[in-house]
Amino acid sequence: MKTYSLDEFPATLGADAPMVRFAGVTKRYGDLTVLDALDLDVSEGEIISVIGPSGSGKTTVLRMLMTLETIDEGVIYVAGEPLTHVQRGGRLVPANQRHLRRMRGHIGMVFQHFNLFPHMTALENCMEAPVHVLGFSKKQARARAEELLEMVGLKDKQDQHPTRLSGGQQQRVAIARALAMRPKVMLFDEVTSALDPEVVGEVLNVIRKLAREHNLTMLMVTHQMGFAREISHRVCFFYEGKIAEAGRPEEIFAEPKNERTRQFLSAVLEAG
Amino acid sequence: MSYPEFLAEFGPRFVSGAWITVQQTVLAILVAVGIALVMGLMRLSHNLAMRGVATVYIEIFRGTSLLVQLYWIFFVLPLFGVTLDKFTAGFLAVGMNIGSYGAELVRGGILSVPKGQWEAALALNMSPTKRMVRIIFPQALLNMLPPWGNLLIELLKGTALVALISVADLMFVSKQINGSTFLSAEAFGTALVIYYVLARLVISPGMRRLERVMSRRMGRA
Amino acid sequence: MFDWRWDFTFRILPALIDGTINTLIAAGGGYAIAVVLGLVFALAQRTPVPGLRPVVRELVEVIRSTPLVLQIFFVFYVGPQFGLRLSPWTAGMIAIGLHYAAYLSEVYRAGIDAVPRGQWEACRALNLSPVRTYARVILPQALPPALAGMGNYLVGIFKDTPMLSVIGVGELMHTANAIGSEHYRFLEPYTLVGLIFLAISLPAAAGIRAFEARVRAALGMEKG
Repeated sequence: MKTYSLDEFPATLGADAPMVRFAGVTKRYGDLTVLDALDLDVSEGEIISVIGPSGSGKTTVLRMLMTLETIDEGVIYVAGEPLTHVQRGGRLVPANQRHLRRMRGHIGMVFQHFNLFPHMTALENCMEAPVHVLGFSKKQARARAEELLEMVGLKDKQDQHPTRLSGGQQQRVAIARALAMRPKVMLFDEVTSALDPEVVGEVLNVIRKLAREHNLTMLMVTHQMGFAREISHRVCFFYEGKIAEAGRPEEIFAEPKNERTRQFLSAVLEAG
Repeated sequence: MSYPEFLAEFGPRFVSGAWITVQQTVLAILVAVGIALVMGLMRLSHNLAMRGVATVYIEIFRGTSLLVQLYWIFFVLPLFGVTLDKFTAGFLAVGMNIGSYGAELVRGGILSVPKGQWEAALALNMSPTKRMVRIIFPQALLNMLPPWGNLLIELLKGTALVALISVADLMFVSKQINGSTFLSAEAFGTALVIYYVLARLVISPGMRRLERVMSRRMGRA
Repeated sequence: MFDWRWDFTFRILPALIDGTINTLIAAGGGYAIAVVLGLVFALAQRTPVPGLRPVVRELVEVIRSTPLVLQIFFVFYVGPQFGLRLSPWTAGMIAIGLHYAAYLSEVYRAGIDAVPRGQWEACRALNLSPVRTYARVILPQALPPALAGMGNYLVGIFKDTPMLSVIGVGELMHTANAIGSEHYRFLEPYTLVGLIFLAISLPAAAGIRAFEARVRAALGMEKG
């Protein structure tokens, strides 16, 4: 990570700042450049689908935003403030743990392999972080957790352990668990890729509901092109670490301008 | 003298010796678990100094034999100003020795927890401490219970060595009785049976029960 | 508090080296017994002879569940009552050999169990005798994965030899005790014993780990 002067990157973004801004973000693994000077703004309440071949850097975008990976160059802003950096002595220096923990509260993530805590019931999974991170009382956390599990349609399974739940059910619990922390931004990392086809629908329905009823900012890495087309405000096609093409779903899916986008879409749609 | 007569006469001494062995075992277990947790976690630390200290401790206590460590703690430590009575020296040495093996089990157990669990806890903004205590360690614990069962039996066997610094445990008692009666088969045989009972009929079932209880709490049983 | 006397150290070193050599001999001898006897125990638990299996099984369990030092005393003192005149050396090596045979038998059993069932069936189909089956087919496949476990127990035996000092075997610990009692100084002898053990067991353990990695790599290549 690099330190920057305030001329290169501002300490705060203005009043009409986007909810998320990637500014010149680069990520390398050894010799491999996974993301190359990425510039991306996401407005509040916007739903963005990130598509592209594997290795294009799309999952890395989410993981960096969730602070699961560090960045090598550039700055990520969330809600107008730097996420990856903190201002000190007139410069932007790499953020310390305290700053990261403060900013991380704005972001929630749902993983491809659910990652539910196996030693807790569905309800306890959703209560754990509100109690131990946000300081909710057990009663408050329980009430909220029950509400969320009801919303994802799993109230009757709230006392089950993850091993007793199907993949689709586990993923819905995972969504409820992430929502319990009241994030401003929700990240969905290929959340249906590990599911049997019959249960993909139930998870997509929950996401659909979220999109309709809440003003959440959402970034989704997905292979479900039909779904992406249906609910996204914007689609970004990643290729070799850069956004090769971005635009409204109708534009991207119906009339892709970039050759690579076209190749990718035809390969995916043929397989599906 | 027949065996029943032997038992009638010397039974009480075996019992008192066995009681000392049980005490040594329980105290050594407390020491061993404590050290295993501390050293195991230190071995996983990002801090090079902590990792180094733990590694040195583990290599020393695993690389030398318990008997050498016992004698060192009891005979040499006083020269450094640390004088321990033989009972304390006994369970301390056993605990510190077994603890070094336990540290590797703790490390292995924690490393066996899937990476996704760490990431999910981080995504929920849990602090590193809360993450370890509430999420990672409970899962690691279930994974490490079977090898710990074997290790605790090794610990029980290790306590027999404290007889060599004259702690009046089961081993010591059997040696004494052998020395005065020359009924070696009865004396040592009885001790063997009692150790066997403690190992196979107390420790092993106890650990299996613990595994079952933990499995249920994990929703796996 | 304490003062390390180097002159004393160098004076006692030759005796300690002698003790070390005895230790290595005891460890080696005990291990040789354990390797062979362990195989006997392992095979005895696969025998169709009725009644033998549970007896051997129980014997192995008893040996693994009770302290080695107690077993050493048992062999040394009870042996004569069965008409065996046992020197400390002999009794010691028998006890250690028996003890580690029990452990090694478990390692062998795991190795044998890991040989695919099809191998046994192929031997049966080719009408190979049990001896041929084991000697030429099963054991050669069972042993390579077992070697790492066997190596660990070799280091383990080495570290357990001090227990032989209790029946008067002149190995390293016994020598150190004798020196310590004679000169009323335990600091140098015991510390040197510890260092000598470390000097032998640490490289040995590292060597076994490296050997295990090579065996695993070789097996991996064979399968591929």
